[in-house]
Amino acid sequence: MADTTQTTKKTKIPRQPMPEQDPEVRRKNFLEVPLGYTPAMAQLEASRCIQCKNPKCILGCPVQVKIPEFIKLIAEGDFAGAARKLKETNALPAVCGRVCPQEDQCEKLCVVGLKNEPVAIGRLERFAADYERMNNLVEIPELPPKTGRKVAIIGAGPAGLTVAGDLAKLGHEVVIFEALHKPGGVLFYGIPQFRLPKEIVEAEVDYLRKLGVEIKTNYVIGKIKSVDELMDEEGFDAVFVGTGAGLPYFMGIPGENLNAVYSANEFLTRINLMRAWDFPNFDTPMHAHKRVAVVGGGNTAMDAARTALRLPTTEKVYIVYRRSRNEMPARKEEIEHGEAEGIEFHMLTNPVKILGKDGWVSGIECVKMELGEPDSSGRRRPIPIKDSNFTIEVDAVVIAIGNGSNPLIAKTTSGLKTNKHGNIEVVDVDSGLTTREGVFAGGDIVTGAATVIEAMGAGKKAAIGIHNYIMSKPPRKK
Amino acid sequence: MYRILEKNDLAAKVFRYVIDAKDIAKKAKAGQFVIIKLDEKGERIPITIADMDREKGTITLYVQAVGKTTTQLSFYKPGDTILDVVGPLGEPSHIEKFGTVVSIGGGFGIAAIHPIVREYKNAGNKTISIIGARSKELLIMEDEMRKISDEVLIATDDGSYGKKGLVTDVLKELINNGEKIDLVLAIGPLVMMKAVADVTRPYNIKTMVSMNPIMMDGTGMCGACRVTVGNEIKFACVDGPEFDAHLVNFDEVMNRVRMYVPEEKLALEKFLKKHECKLDKAISEMEDSRNG
Repeated sequence: MADTTQTTKKTKIPRQPMPEQDPEVRRKNFLEVPLGYTPAMAQLEASRCIQCKNPKCILGCPVQVKIPEFIKLIAEGDFAGAARKLKETNALPAVCGRVCPQEDQCEKLCVVGLKNEPVAIGRLERFAADYERMNNLVEIPELPPKTGRKVAIIGAGPAGLTVAGDLAKLGHEVVIFEALHKPGGVLFYGIPQFRLPKEIVEAEVDYLRKLGVEIKTNYVIGKIKSVDELMDEEGFDAVFVGTGAGLPYFMGIPGENLNAVYSANEFLTRINLMRAWDFPNFDTPMHAHKRVAVVGGGNTAMDAARTALRLPTTEKVYIVYRRSRNEMPARKEEIEHGEAEGIEFHMLTNPVKILGKDGWVSGIECVKMELGEPDSSGRRRPIPIKDSNFTIEVDAVVIAIGNGSNPLIAKTTSGLKTNKHGNIEVVDVDSGLTTREGVFAGGDIVTGAATVIEAMGAGKKAAIGIHNYIMSKPPRKK
Repeated sequence: MYRILEKNDLAAKVFRYVIDAKDIAKKAKAGQFVIIKLDEKGERIPITIADMDREKGTITLYVQAVGKTTTQLSFYKPGDTILDVVGPLGEPSHIEKFGTVVSIGGGFGIAAIHPIVREYKNAGNKTISIIGARSKELLIMEDEMRKISDEVLIATDDGSYGKKGLVTDVLKELINNGEKIDLVLAIGPLVMMKAVADVTRPYNIKTMVSMNPIMMDGTGMCGACRVTVGNEIKFACVDGPEFDAHLVNFDEVMNRVRMYVPEEKLALEKFLKKHECKLDKAISEMEDSRNG
């Protein structure tokens, strides 16, 4: 550990808050909510890091970002250097600085945080990546000679983009196949603009292209080509499946197919990917709803609720969640942001029926819940309270209760096993190797719905696994 | 970018497009569809693959200009490009030797039944096709249907060609005349498909219909296209588009497709206004240059 007097001095500096748009202003625009550090703020915050000899923070990072090293560079004023240090292990730092749950990862283990507030690692990561991008200082690292091996990546989401970046940097030919017309996966269609501006996703994807990664959009693998064909006919030495959790769950309650009941995926995709909030300037429409109920307590529910709030005709947005606030899986920061913007929370409340008039949503009938014994997830099981039904008047309902895995790849690839949830089974957790030789998988398609950074962590491991696998074999004759 | 190689103007604002899409053509099967997005600001709309030429690497789409996107596409010419075409999507039609198959196409639904009827024929079925339109001028693809059908029966609303009446009237007549029917396929307006289901239900004749609800991604991710079939929720994009007509909740589908009617109208009006302005400008420029 660093010298004590200096450490004491450092810990006297408070954790630097990040300036934000005022809630009253931001609740009606799609601009990013946190505004980012200025260089002075970043340097001050970076100076709080005590440069532990055995840094604990790195242990909390799924992609092992060299945290003390990049923070030291910021403290010294070498911001672009800090960004490059980040990119040594993390292909998407501007994304991670914004959407990672740092409070549960690196910052949770920060030694400064034992007695004081932890160093704001996420905010510093964001600052360095933004500084490099906004000042056009992005440099493409020197690439090793081509290895002659070719890898196909299915899905241009966080897992796939990470694998692509790491393999390209090792000299492999990489082709990503993406089903939608834009790469980014959940970073593009799911996470809203005010939390992750799409220009940033585009810039990070552009960086991968500069590393030599080819991205084929509009390619639904399993339909236009199968994994078998990619390997047997197109000469790919290995395939990584990172297709995510993209099959929305519905509740199975009456009224769910009324007009203006959306899955969170549909609601968010319309707005983020298709830009329906800018209709009719963009062609994809979104209805003019006034009162919206979002069912669920995760980050997606918070994203949907805060997005609904920002649409011009919205007057009121409710979150309806069957457990209590303590069990909400959403990040604390997201819940607080939502509260500040005026979202009303109905906790311990479960919808039993969506009410309709002339085919359209007119309300949502709910029942009050209480918490019983812990269930298999370790959280206390919500139990309905008899005769506690009540109705919330709304004209739209967004269902954000989670996603299953899309069966398309598993169904169309020979020798690929899935578990009872439809997730692809891996036989080697470290590399993500599946039951089919040469086929690796990672991210939500393996774990079920989780976070961006966990998918990236799986991608990182898979990249090493794939590299070892393809280098153990002679290059194919093409 | 996907280039339009050929375009033909058929009746009733229906246009035929041959599109350069090598990889899709290689895999496409009867009953599947593509999703197209015309340009950067465009919406994603599903369109049935009406034909495919694996050697030339082309697919054929029939599109009726009714909304903003389809109207915009109707102004495209050979050589123009569509930004995004993704497919083939959906499950192909189930093809086997059933015996006698009656295929019913209403309006530009005829374009959708055409590739499927061809496969029925190739599988050794007796193919009877009932095609209908409001009037003779609006009837498309009669010659093409004759080539792959053992029998073609025609109905027009106004009686200007074939039998005066609905395609369901012709179907009822067939049944009443004792034709032994093993399978019915019906593609066309929802009211027509629902009516066909009502006709065949009492006779227990297996009947398939193709659903074309609102879709976005087309890979099962958004759930916008959900349809109640029996007691289950199905996604038309991945579980369909063909479903057992006797199990489809048509009333719900009909309600759901109304979802964006006011917005679609607004978008179309805005587009037409802009387009007319452009036309007006072009005409006045032309006149200016002549006068000058």
